[in-house]
Formats: sequence, C-alpha cells, structure tokens
Amino acid sequence: MSKSIMDWVDARLPITALIKSQATEYPTPKNLNYWWVFGSLALFCLIVMLLTGLFLAMHYKPDANMAFDAVEHIMRDVNFGWLLRYMHANGATFFFMTVYIHILRGMYYGSHRAPREILWWFGIIIFFLLMATAFMGYVLPWGQMSYWGAAVITNLMSAIPVVGEELVVWIWGGFAVGDPTLNRFFALHFLLPFVIFGVVIVHLWALHAVHSNNPDGIDIVDEHKDTIPFHPYITIKDLYSMGVFLLVYCAFVFFMPNFFLEPDNYIPANPMQTPAHIVPEWYFLPFYAILRSIDFLGSYSKLAGVIAMGAAIAILFILPFLDRSPVRSFRYRPLSRQLFWIFVIDCFLLGWVGYNPADATRFNGALPLIVVGRTCTAIYFGYFFLLWIITAFDIEKPQPVPKSL
Amino acid sequence: MSASAHSTAHSHSPVSEQPEEDSRRDFLILATGAVSAVGVAGAVWPFIKSWSPSADVLSQATTEVDISALGKGQMITVPWQGKPVFILHRTDEQIASAKKGDAEKLPDPAKDAERAQKPEYLVLLAICTHLGCVPQPIGTGNYGGFLCPCHGSHYDTSGRIRQGPAPKNLEVPFYAFKDDKTLVIGKAVG
Repeated sequence: MSKSIMDWVDARLPITALIKSQATEYPTPKNLNYWWVFGSLALFCLIVMLLTGLFLAMHYKPDANMAFDAVEHIMRDVNFGWLLRYMHANGATFFFMTVYIHILRGMYYGSHRAPREILWWFGIIIFFLLMATAFMGYVLPWGQMSYWGAAVITNLMSAIPVVGEELVVWIWGGFAVGDPTLNRFFALHFLLPFVIFGVVIVHLWALHAVHSNNPDGIDIVDEHKDTIPFHPYITIKDLYSMGVFLLVYCAFVFFMPNFFLEPDNYIPANPMQTPAHIVPEWYFLPFYAILRSIDFLGSYSKLAGVIAMGAAIAILFILPFLDRSPVRSFRYRPLSRQLFWIFVIDCFLLGWVGYNPADATRFNGALPLIVVGRTCTAIYFGYFFLLWIITAFDIEKPQPVPKSL
Repeated sequence: MSASAHSTAHSHSPVSEQPEEDSRRDFLILATGAVSAVGVAGAVWPFIKSWSPSADVLSQATTEVDISALGKGQMITVPWQGKPVFILHRTDEQIASAKKGDAEKLPDPAKDAERAQKPEYLVLLAICTHLGCVPQPIGTGNYGGFLCPCHGSHYDTSGRIRQGPAPKNLEVPFYAFKDDKTLVIGKAVG
C-alpha cells in the first residue's frame, strides 16, 4: 500500500530518488573526522533559533515604550517564556561557536580551495547575514547595551564619505536610534533567518555538486573504496555530536543563562546616557577590536577603522586565491599549520582587547591595550599575506600526501 | 532571431531590409528596457522613502530650555530631537582654557568665539563624532573637558576634539537666546 503510494508520488515528483542520491546513499569521504560535524550542528542551531524566535515574536512588542517590558513579560509571565528566551539568547552564542569552528575547519583543511570556492563564498554570505541578524536581534530587548550597540554600529555608516550622514538618518528613521529603528529592526530580524535558510540550501547544493573535502585534502579516486554512504555512518555521527552539543548548550540554558549576557542590558534604554563601558557580544569582539585599533590616522581613523573591520571579513572571499599551495590540507603543510594556530590565538587576543575598555592598560600603564590591538590587527591581516607569500614563492615545502583515502 | 522570424512572416520581403529591421528591434528593446527601469525605480522609491524620518519625527525640530537656574560651572543635559544636548555655564577658568586652545594645533581647527555665542554658555550636541556615544560630563576628560567612554575621545572646554579616534569637534547645534532666561535649540522646519 505505502509502496504503491510512493510509486504514485515518485512518478510525479521523484522524492525517493532524491533522498537516495542526496541523503541516504550520498557518498562521503570515509576519513571525515569530528571537525566535520559542525556544519550539521550549525543547521540545528538555525532551526532552534527559527523555532524559539517564532514563538518569542508571538509575545514581543516592537515599540520603544513597550519592548523592554515585553521581554520582562516573556521572562516572568509567559508560560515557559524564560526557556524560550534563554534558548534564543544562548542559541545565538552557540550558533556563532559552531559557525566559527566550521569556518576554521575549512581554513585548516583547505575546504575553500578549488573546486569549492563558490561553496565557500556562500558560507561567508551566510556568516555575514548571521552577523546582521544577530546584531538586529540584540537591539530588540531595548536595554542600554541594545540601544548603544545599535547607536555605535549604525554610526559606522556615517564614515562613508558624502552620503554617510544622510544614510544613517535614513536607517534610523529619525535623528537618533529610536522607535522607528526598533520597529524596522524587528521586521528585518524576523525576515533574515529565512533568507539565511535559503542561502543554506544553496550552500548545500554547492556542497553536493562538488562533494565534501576531507582531512587529507585529496580528491576521491575510487568512489567504492574511498567513500561511505551518508546514512547510517554520518547521520549517527551527527546525531551523537548533537547529543554532546545539547549537553553543553543545556548546561548554559538551565544553569548559567546569563553567562554571555551583559548586566547593563537589564537597564532600560536611555538615549541621554551612554553606559561607562560599551561592549558588544563576544562573537563581535575581534572585529570590534580591529575597528578600534585604527586610531592613528587623524580624521581618517574612523573611515579606516570601518574599512579594516569590513576587510577582516571580506578578505575571506579571496582566501581561495591567496593560498597557492598544491596541497589543500594543512595536515601536510607544517609552516601553514603554525601560521594557522598563531592566527587562532591572535583572534582570541583580539577578542580580549575588544572586551576591555579602549584606554585600558596592563603592567601599570607600560602596555596600553591599544598597542596590543594594533599588533594583533597586523597579525590578523599578516596571516593572509604570509599564507600567500609562502605558497606563491614556494617557501613552504609540503610533505607528501597519500595517494588515496 | 529577428531575421528568421521576419523572413518567415514575409517571405517576399527583400533581404536588404533586414539590417533596418534589426536596428528597429534593438531600439524597441532598449526603449522598453529604459521605460521599465524608470517604472521599477518609481515603484521602489516609496519603499525606500518610507524609511526616512516621518512627519511626527520631523515635528520635534525645536526645544526651549529655561537656563535661569543654571549656575556657573553647572551643566544640564536636555533632549532635542531625541538626542542629548549639553548646556554648560562655563567658569572663567573654563573660558580661559578654551581661549588658550585657540592658539594650539587642533585636529579640527575652530576658534572658541565661533563655537559659543556668549562665552559663558557652551551648547553642544552631546554625540561623539566617532561613533555616536554620549560623552561624560564636563571635567571627565583631559583638557578639562568631556571624555567619551566608548573609545576614549577627549574633548576640551569648547567641545573640540583633542585626543582619541573622533574625527571632528562636538557639533554645536543651531541655537538662539530668546531672552536672557530662554535658550531655543534647533530651527523649525517645513
């Protein structure tokens, strides 16, 4: 009976064939390690965010006079409102964690190299959309950090020559961040996750066109010897990882839900007073540090800082062409591997600088953090430059790669 | 394509007419495209313009402030168009410090006399020209002025940028003294 129904459907829409070729029997390299589970974990985060976000939207009011109280209403009065909100707020943190690991995994094993450039680009577009969505979502509780975070980030646009000032007023819908800004940010925060979902489908389409990279970074020679079917081998691995992920995620949601949140955001937004220390969410800190580190160019500092911050992400687009090595995976590239870990440590250092006040110092004033920030910014961009130098001029001698998986 | 369609429809037409037909076709495609582009732009414009400040927002153009109770050395913050404005009744030292700054090398050169209509009153839009934070009150920064806590910009007692990432001096909004007691900030629009 069910077979004849499926036959009827398949004759009209070949679902069974699609599931077979793209899911159950989809060939995956047999040597994928656990760093490969973060793609599906990120997708899981997106689904959690869409679901909790939809139900939060049913209780939230995007009005400057009501938004703060609406969030407290969700926390205190709505049945399981606290759970929905803590899942959503911490979900953002865990979404970024999985995405950052996913990106770094790609950079380490050369997953951005030919023929996967378009797959990589769509990944960066997702990352960019994710940052825009997270930023606008953070504005919605309308606390002090929400308000002033929005003020600082929207003011970045005013650095654009000629049209900047008018552009900012247009984005605000007023002469400062206010009710119209909150309202449109809510609308866009609702829309963008669905746009992200669409781009994720293109990302997966691009993945299935060129297939997964693997830790050795070499091509599949013999599909029968080198690959295993997605189901059950990868599905069980992804599910097991999801269990571990949920363990950590739930520990934060239930036992330290405010760990990543700022106390100042429980003070209602006040356009007349800036908090003593504005700090963005942790996932923006490295980029925030890069923005602040350009302060030595006089009246051009602001524009240069904004350009540097944008370039820090945009440079990922040309990464596939900067790396000229014949070997994809850093597993066989000792010099690149060292540079990579310096880069990772540098990102953490930038985050630490971004977390501290702009004029903070260490060692009794002997070391202003702005100097650390400038150095780390130089190292950040230096990574990409050196990667090009050592591969374009054959300075790095890669180790021999295996002939097959 | 146009040539074949043409020759099927009018098989007796001379071949020499075809180039003229092609350019006519090109012109029609271009003209249709141009008119469509204008139409699309016209349709998109209302959506873009809907983001600009609405009439009720524009109506908050001016604010009147009673400054009679503001003693020497005191500062108040008043909202104007949803933005904070500092009104500082400057002390003689603060005025002297501002005048002294006229002669120094400034990132955004301006004379104190151009920034304060009456030397004793300093009126500033309290929005840091770096990224829009509200600087802290008078006396918090180097040069005896205002410190922006976000990224460490220091403004002097005339609201001029002296140190830090901000590119410009704190803006002086349009203001006028209606009488000795009343200050009007802003200009009526529309």
